[in-house]
Amino acid sequence: MNIVVLIKQVPDTWSERKLSDGDKTLDRASSDAVLDEINERAVEEALKIKEAGDAEVTILTAGPDRATDAIRKALSMGADKAVHVNDEAIHGSDAIATAKVLAKAIGTVGDVDLVLAGNEATDGRSGAMAGMLGELLGWPSLTHANELTVENGTAKAKRETDEGTSDLEASLPAVVSVGEKINEPRYPSFKGIMAAKKKPVTTLGIADLGLDASEVGLAGSLVQVDSFAPRPPKSGGQKVEDEGDGGAKIAEYLVGQKLI
Amino acid sequence: MQLSTEHEELRRTVEDFAQKEVAPVIGDFYIREEFPYDLVATMGEMGLFGLPVPEEYGGMGGDYVALCVALEELGRVDQSVAITLEAGVSLGIMPLVRFGSDEQKQRWLPDLAAGKALGGFGLTEAGGGSDAGATRTTAKQDDGDWVINGSKAFITNSGTRITSHVTVTAVTGRDEASGKREISAILVPSGTEGFTVAPSYSKVGWNASDTHELAFSDCRVPEENLVGQRGKGYGQFLSILDEGRVAIAALSVGAAQGCVDESVRYARERQAFGAAIGTYQSIQFKIAEMETRTVAARLAWHDAAEKMAAGKPFTKEASIAKLLSSNAAMDNARDATQIFGGYGFMNEYPVARHYRDSKILEIGEGTSEVQKMLIAKRLGL
Repeated sequence: MNIVVLIKQVPDTWSERKLSDGDKTLDRASSDAVLDEINERAVEEALKIKEAGDAEVTILTAGPDRATDAIRKALSMGADKAVHVNDEAIHGSDAIATAKVLAKAIGTVGDVDLVLAGNEATDGRSGAMAGMLGELLGWPSLTHANELTVENGTAKAKRETDEGTSDLEASLPAVVSVGEKINEPRYPSFKGIMAAKKKPVTTLGIADLGLDASEVGLAGSLVQVDSFAPRPPKSGGQKVEDEGDGGAKIAEYLVGQKLI
Repeated sequence: MQLSTEHEELRRTVEDFAQKEVAPVIGDFYIREEFPYDLVATMGEMGLFGLPVPEEYGGMGGDYVALCVALEELGRVDQSVAITLEAGVSLGIMPLVRFGSDEQKQRWLPDLAAGKALGGFGLTEAGGGSDAGATRTTAKQDDGDWVINGSKAFITNSGTRITSHVTVTAVTGRDEASGKREISAILVPSGTEGFTVAPSYSKVGWNASDTHELAFSDCRVPEENLVGQRGKGYGQFLSILDEGRVAIAALSVGAAQGCVDESVRYARERQAFGAAIGTYQSIQFKIAEMETRTVAARLAWHDAAEKMAAGKPFTKEASIAKLLSSNAAMDNARDATQIFGGYGFMNEYPVARHYRDSKILEIGEGTSEVQKMLIAKRLGL
């Protein structure tokens, strides 16, 4: 089986994340960059399929030079090889433009059976990449999977929602996005770290993908940021006066927030 | 010494593990004086116990520097977990890697390298630690066996439910030429008849680590359990003690760094007299001194590690690193506790753990006085 895992290097969620004043895109230089945690779960799921049978796992990312750190982490977890789309022209791409780039890059990997991705990156949070890719590739997309089994040319996933659990099924090739609960990703071992150095990483530009600069980047994006403002500081919150019914009022609030 | 890319990636991986998995839970283990089996299992899966073990025996094929890098990051968060790894590798595994027969390596190393088993090393006795030549435990040959009698004190990792063996030093006779007592190292599997593990000590610190007194009463093991050469047990041990000191130095630097991390964070948060305490010079100067000690001690362990990795003599450098870093850990722990005030005296706070834990760093793996003796000796005194 040929599996492609999409990964994304994102600003560390612990650091302060900003947009740049110039072109209003993410200011990547202002914070530490890490492999998005949800992608680690996608890599883990691919490695579990690989370990259970026979599969080759290819990491795919679109990002600047320093995204190689995120690639190396995924390779040191145990993936076999990587494709890195690194081109100035894709800077500022919105979700759809990025999906176009990734769909073309998936085409360079050969006969792909399964594309695994995180359900939502911690920076852009569009949560739409798996769906868009499915559309562009003409493949079914099973999103927000908290459980996945792949056998006999079929992917079966469970998706948990506030209302209940959906059982999803699609024949391969398919795109699957994974949720937080799907697994606990492994830590890379030192052997894995050493081995990652020798694993092949193919670097591609948009010309290699048959794309034109006008189709990607800020120019090729349907969505553009006009203006932005920092999140307002936290307000005082809601105070519950206990008149013997404090517990019920708190429960009511939590239900309202869909927390219980 | 600049860490290589691989060592730097290992450092980040262990940092991630220590912050995410160890920090949130270890305080409770410490208070309950309970050994954290699940954390040890994860460390095993990460390959930390197998770092300097050759791949053919299930290890990572890395070097001893890699172990030190991992120990610094673990020591930053918790010393009990760090010492479990340090002793597991430098005392449980390295004697077999360096001196074990191929059969011994095949039999014991794969589980030890995977963190599924732990080994202990019994050198210290009630009557002597650094004066290891004063060993009173004996092993006599009888009918193809070694018969061991005696006791060992303060043996790390010797009584967990995954402890597979303890290697003990014992007097096995006298050298005919010099008349000196010969000391050999013998591997005793857990559960061997006549080998008794006493209940855990009640310790001042390192409370989530496993430490016991061991007793041997007509304990029989096969002759082939001799580790290395007969009569070379003490010399062998001395030769691995130097690298163990670099490991303890790295762990100590981690502890010193952990005290800085916690103090900087707290000094920014804690308000007193209308401002964060970090804005007061008395706190700033204290933290500046803590940082200085930490960086100096890190340079010292890096210096020793660089010589060790290059195969150069590093006894003096290992002693300097161990002396400097254990002092840094103890001094920083005392200062951090002072900065935290009353909270620093509460066991659930990491700085309180460092305060209790760091004292042993000035004692174990050769006391500070022994380090000074060794440094002076290398200066021709």
